[in-house]
Formats: sequence, C-alpha cells, structure tokens
Amino acid sequence: MNDSFRSQNKPALLKVQNLTIELTTRLGTAPVIDDVSFELHEGETLCFVGESGCGKSMTALALMGLLPEKVSRIASGSIEFNGVDVTQASADFLNQLRGNELSMIFQEPMTSLNPVFTVGEQIAEVLRHHQGVDKSTGVKLATQLLDQVKIPEAHRRVHSFPHELSGGQRQRVMIAMALACQPKLLIADEPTTALDVTVQAQIFDLLDELQKEHNTAIMLITHDMGVVAEMAERMVVMYAGRKIEEGPVDEVLQQPAHPYTRGLIACVPHLQAFMHEERVPLLEVPGVVPSLNQFGGNQCLFADRCDQVNERCLNNRPENKYTNQRSVACWYPTAEGVFL
Amino acid sequence: MIQRVANAALLLIAVLVLNFTMMHLAPGDIADTISQSMGGADATVMQQIRAEYGLDQPFLFQLKTYITKVLHFDLGYSYFYNQPVTTLILEKLPATLLLVISAQLLALVLGILMGVYAARNRNGFFSFLVTLFALLGYSAPVFWTGILLLIAFSLKIQWFPVAGMVDVTISGGFFTRALDIAHHLFLPMITLASIFIALYSRLCRASVMEVLGTDYVRTAKAKGLPERSVVYKHALRNALAPVVTLAGLQFSAVVSGAVLVETVFSWPGLGSLALQSIIARDTPTILGILFFSALVVIVGNLLTDIVLRMLDPRIASKG
Ligand SMILES: Nc1ncnc2c1ncn2[C@@H]1O[C@H](COP(=O)(O)OP(=O)(O)OP(=O)(O)O)[C@@H](O)[C@H]1O
Ligand code: SF4
Ligand SMILES: [Mg+2]
Repeated sequence: MNDSFRSQNKPALLKVQNLTIELTTRLGTAPVIDDVSFELHEGETLCFVGESGCGKSMTALALMGLLPEKVSRIASGSIEFNGVDVTQASADFLNQLRGNELSMIFQEPMTSLNPVFTVGEQIAEVLRHHQGVDKSTGVKLATQLLDQVKIPEAHRRVHSFPHELSGGQRQRVMIAMALACQPKLLIADEPTTALDVTVQAQIFDLLDELQKEHNTAIMLITHDMGVVAEMAERMVVMYAGRKIEEGPVDEVLQQPAHPYTRGLIACVPHLQAFMHEERVPLLEVPGVVPSLNQFGGNQCLFADRCDQVNERCLNNRPENKYTNQRSVACWYPTAEGVFL
Repeated sequence: MIQRVANAALLLIAVLVLNFTMMHLAPGDIADTISQSMGGADATVMQQIRAEYGLDQPFLFQLKTYITKVLHFDLGYSYFYNQPVTTLILEKLPATLLLVISAQLLALVLGILMGVYAARNRNGFFSFLVTLFALLGYSAPVFWTGILLLIAFSLKIQWFPVAGMVDVTISGGFFTRALDIAHHLFLPMITLASIFIALYSRLCRASVMEVLGTDYVRTAKAKGLPERSVVYKHALRNALAPVVTLAGLQFSAVVSGAVLVETVFSWPGLGSLALQSIIARDTPTILGILFFSALVVIVGNLLTDIVLRMLDPRIASKG
C-alpha cells in the first residue's frame, strides 16, 4: 500500500506511509489512526477535515513526535520528513527539527503559552535555541516577528505576559513563535476555532501571506469547509481514524466520491462566500461517529450513517483506491467517471 | 502589597490580645511560683506580690498596659531570669531562626528535587522510595526521629555532637566557628526538615506531573527545547507555586516543630527558653516568646507572598 500520488517531480517534503497509531483507554486499545498515508510538497497547503475525534490532532502530534505519552504509540508506518523517518529518529534529532524546520500552532491559544514568561521571551527562546542568537538580538527579532504578525505596538507587547493579551493576539504570538525560524512545514491545528469570526479571517489572511513569502508548506486542520475552499490546494477527509478521501480541493468539492464527503459538502450551501461571515456549525452529517472501541473493525466505519450501505460494506473494510490525483475508501464511490 | 503588610500588623495585634487573654485564663501566676520557692506564703504576702506586679488590676487595664508596652518594643521584665524579656529573647532568637530557616530551606530544596525526579520517573523505583519516605517522614513524630538520629549518628557513630550549638573548646576565626555551628546544626536541621521534605516532595511530584501534561509544556517541546529545559524552565517554574504556598502555610508548623527539636538536641533557642519559662510560670517571657513566634510566622507568610508574586506574574497583576 504505497500508492500515494507522484504528480510532482520533486520528492515530497513530508511522506506519511501506512501510519497506524494505537491509543489505550479504559475501553482497551484501538487504532485512532488507522493505516493513513499522504504526502505534502514544499509550499503546498493540505487541509485535513473531519468530525471531532476522528484523529486529526493525533496525526499532527505524531508528525511532531508529541503524541501523548503512555496512552498512545506509533504501531506501524513511517513519517518521512525531508527523507528522514522521524518515527525512528533520536530525541536530539527531533529537537533540531521541532520549532526549526517543523512547527506547529495548536488548537488552544488560551493555554498554549506559558503564563509565567513574557511572550517576547517565549519567542526569543526559539531563536536562541535554534539560531544561537544572543539575548538582545532575540528580543529585537521577537519584536519584529510580533510586528510581522500584526500585533500593534510590538515593542511594548514583547514585554507582556500571555494573560495580558486577547485570544486572537495569543494565537498571533503562537504563529510568530512557529514561524520564527522559517520552518519548511507548518502544522496549524484548527488555529481559529477558539477565536471569533473576524479574527479568524485575519489569522488565515496572515497565514496565507506568510506562506507566500517563505514558501512554507502548511498542513491545515479545520472543521470548516469554507476555510478549505479558500486556503488549500489539496484536502484529506478523515473519518474514524481513516483517510476516506483525498484530492485537489476543487475536484473533491465538485465531485465528492465518498458519501461522507458528500454529506459534509451538502451542509455548506455557499462555500466560497463563507470565509468572512458568521457560519452555522459545520460538518453536521446526520448520525454519530463510531466510538473509539469500534475503530479498526474490518468494515466500513461509516456504514451506520450511509444510505448506500450493503452487505459488503459491513463485512469488508474498503481500502483506499487511487487514481491519478485522488483517492477514496468506499466500495461504491459516487464521483461518476473518476473511480470506476 | 501595602494592604498585606497592614493586614499582617492587625493580625499581630490580634495575636497579642489572644495570647494575653489565654495566659490570664490559665491557672497560676508568678505569685504562686514565688511563694513556692519561699516554701509557702500566706494570703497577705501573695496579695502584696500581686499588687507589686500589677496583677491585681482589672483584666482590661492589664491588657491595655501590655499592648501599649509591646508597641513600644517593651516586652516586660522576667522575674524568673531577672532580665528584660526582649534581651532574653533576642539572645536566643538567632539560634531558633537559624534552625527554622535552614530546615525550611533544606526541606524545600530536597523536597523539590525529589519531587521533580519522582515526577519524571513516575513508575521507577526511586519514585516509590520517595512516596515511602514521604509517608515515614510525615507520620514519624519529630522527637522520635530526633532521638533515633541522635543515637545513630552522635552516640553509635560519633559523627556529630550530641547537644548544643557551639563547642566552647574550639577557638578560631569566623570560618572555624561557622563550621562548628554547622556541625552542630546538622542533625537538628535534618530532624526538623524530615517532616517537611516529605510533605513538599509529594506535593511537588503531583504538581510537576500535572504541569507536564499542560498545553504550554507541549508547546515548549514543540519548540525543540531539550527535556532539561522543558522540565526545569517551563514546567518547574509553574509547578513551584503550590509548593511555595504550602511552605508558607507550614511556617508555623516549622516553628512549633523547632520547639521540640530544640529540646531533643538541647539547641539553645527559643524553644528551650519556652519550656523553662512555662515550668517557671514566667508569664512575661512566655508572652514574649509567643509574640516573637507569631512575628516569625507572619514575616514568613509575607515572604511567601513575595516569592509567589515573583514566580507568577498573574498573581502580581491581581494586586
Ligand atoms: N491524551 C489523550 N488521551 C486519551 N485519549 C485521547 C487523547 N487525545 C485524544 N484522544 C482521543 O483520540 C481520539 C482522536 O482525537 P483527536 O484529538 O485526534 O481528534 P480531532 O480530530 O483532532 O478532534 P477535534 O476536531 O475535536 O480536535 C478522540 O477520540 C480523543 O478522545
Ligand atoms: S463503503 Fe459502503 S457503507 Fe461505506 S461509505 Fe461506501 S457505500 Fe457507504
Ligand atoms: Mg483536534
């Protein structure tokens, strides 16, 4: 199962192959990420969508080597970043990548900054660690970065503590921190869910701008199809720990192949117009996500909610079928002419 | 902060009133002691003694006189030692302060180090030892620990002196004398610290474990910082606040523990003085000691507050 897309000639910046992550809870051990493969190229934006609990954050944390200890582990598969498998890398090697070539913005801006250090110190720390700059240069660069992420009065804010900033400003600080060393890959895990709508649009504009400037690859996790349409070239749809569909955004949105993707799109009436407006909660496909202990079963996990379900779906797990640009994991894909 | 100091002052006065009232309520006074030492005295003589010391005045009047005097730094005169109480106490205070502060610091430093270690290796053998040691240290009475250490390290293996604070036979410069005091201090300090090491290490372990699971520690790891600086810079600074708070709350316990330890090791501090003056029913001295203990505890709590503010800017900004 090594058939990701080879449409671009340059080797992929990130190549995830057959990644399986096991999570141990009171209910037992289950694959929260089940045989997921994807690639990401330089300067590209790849969106991950899917309902809450489908394993988007887990995937991101695995790339960073930050899976919750004790309860989860990489059971199989590989994550190649720049040709090196980070699942096998030493802690020292990982520490050279993290915050430097590989950065992440977390889902929770309110709690992701350390309350006892100034934001300037928290940004400067990354620069001191990875680029060996001295203390005063660190503060100077931190101020510039705050300015770059459009925090007003950066020279003053650089001495503020996180609790003195709003949620939007804190997320900007996180972005400044993540971009401090101009990473090759930025993972943004729902960077705006905790923020209000106007701030959301600003943050995405900012990410877009910074990406164009530095040719950063972005893995953007979101609940929001409007964001996908606006931000990404390609998208991956996750369901219950599995990649169920992947492809170029415009193609998938126009011709979704998986019944779940179709459901997602159906509940967003005017995708393109939605970026800057108040939105209804998205991803409201009727029915509920299977619980963690059902993950990993040899069947289609969407079967409970699918109107096309039949015997085969209940007894056999649909493997990912690949065409030139796209992939789908369904026995009866709906995109006419794409998967036949 | 100013308000804190004002509160502390009010508290101190309340302590004064309470101490005085309780001493007043307790049966027996200096007249009893004097008459006992004279081999008995009749009622008129007792009356005379009481009049002489102002003990026949109404309670509230006595209280007022006492508080006014204390506020002028006059703690009265000890009939038993024939010395002003202030002189008496200031003579003994340094020894007690030395014991209390060194034990508290030792307990904090060791408690924190052990706590951090146990948190990082939470299922390791050492972590288990910390828990076990914590239980023992906390549940064993101070004087028992003290006597045990005394027997082991002063009598059996004669590493440390049995009693006192200085060896009068040793002469020499400041350094020699400091070393001698440290030598004497070691066992009492360990004994007093043992209760609190246990307490602090357990709390520190729990606190560090909690902080290691926070989002901002994950952020620190995501920056590529080595584990050392993730734990000692990002996690510990946050994990310390509860430990320091507890240490502040325990300050009075350390002071009262010191009384016992001083007795076991004949440490020439306020504790030994307190014991003697209680036996002698030397009210002014007892009151003076109570006053100073309260002062030590209150100052300790103020210091705790200041440290907490330095640790966490959120406390400082709340005022
Ligand atoms: N530290 C953890 N301990 C135990 N279970 C966890 C932990 N983190 C995540 N999970 C579980 O793993 C599953 C996948 O979680 P994940 O955070 O990847 O979902 P998600 O797709 O990011 O959802 P959301 O959109 O809500 O962020 C969920 O069922 C979640 O409850
Ligand atoms: S495999 Fe079957 S149940 Fe699953 S999505 Fe496709 S048609 Fe529906
Ligand atoms: Mg998530």
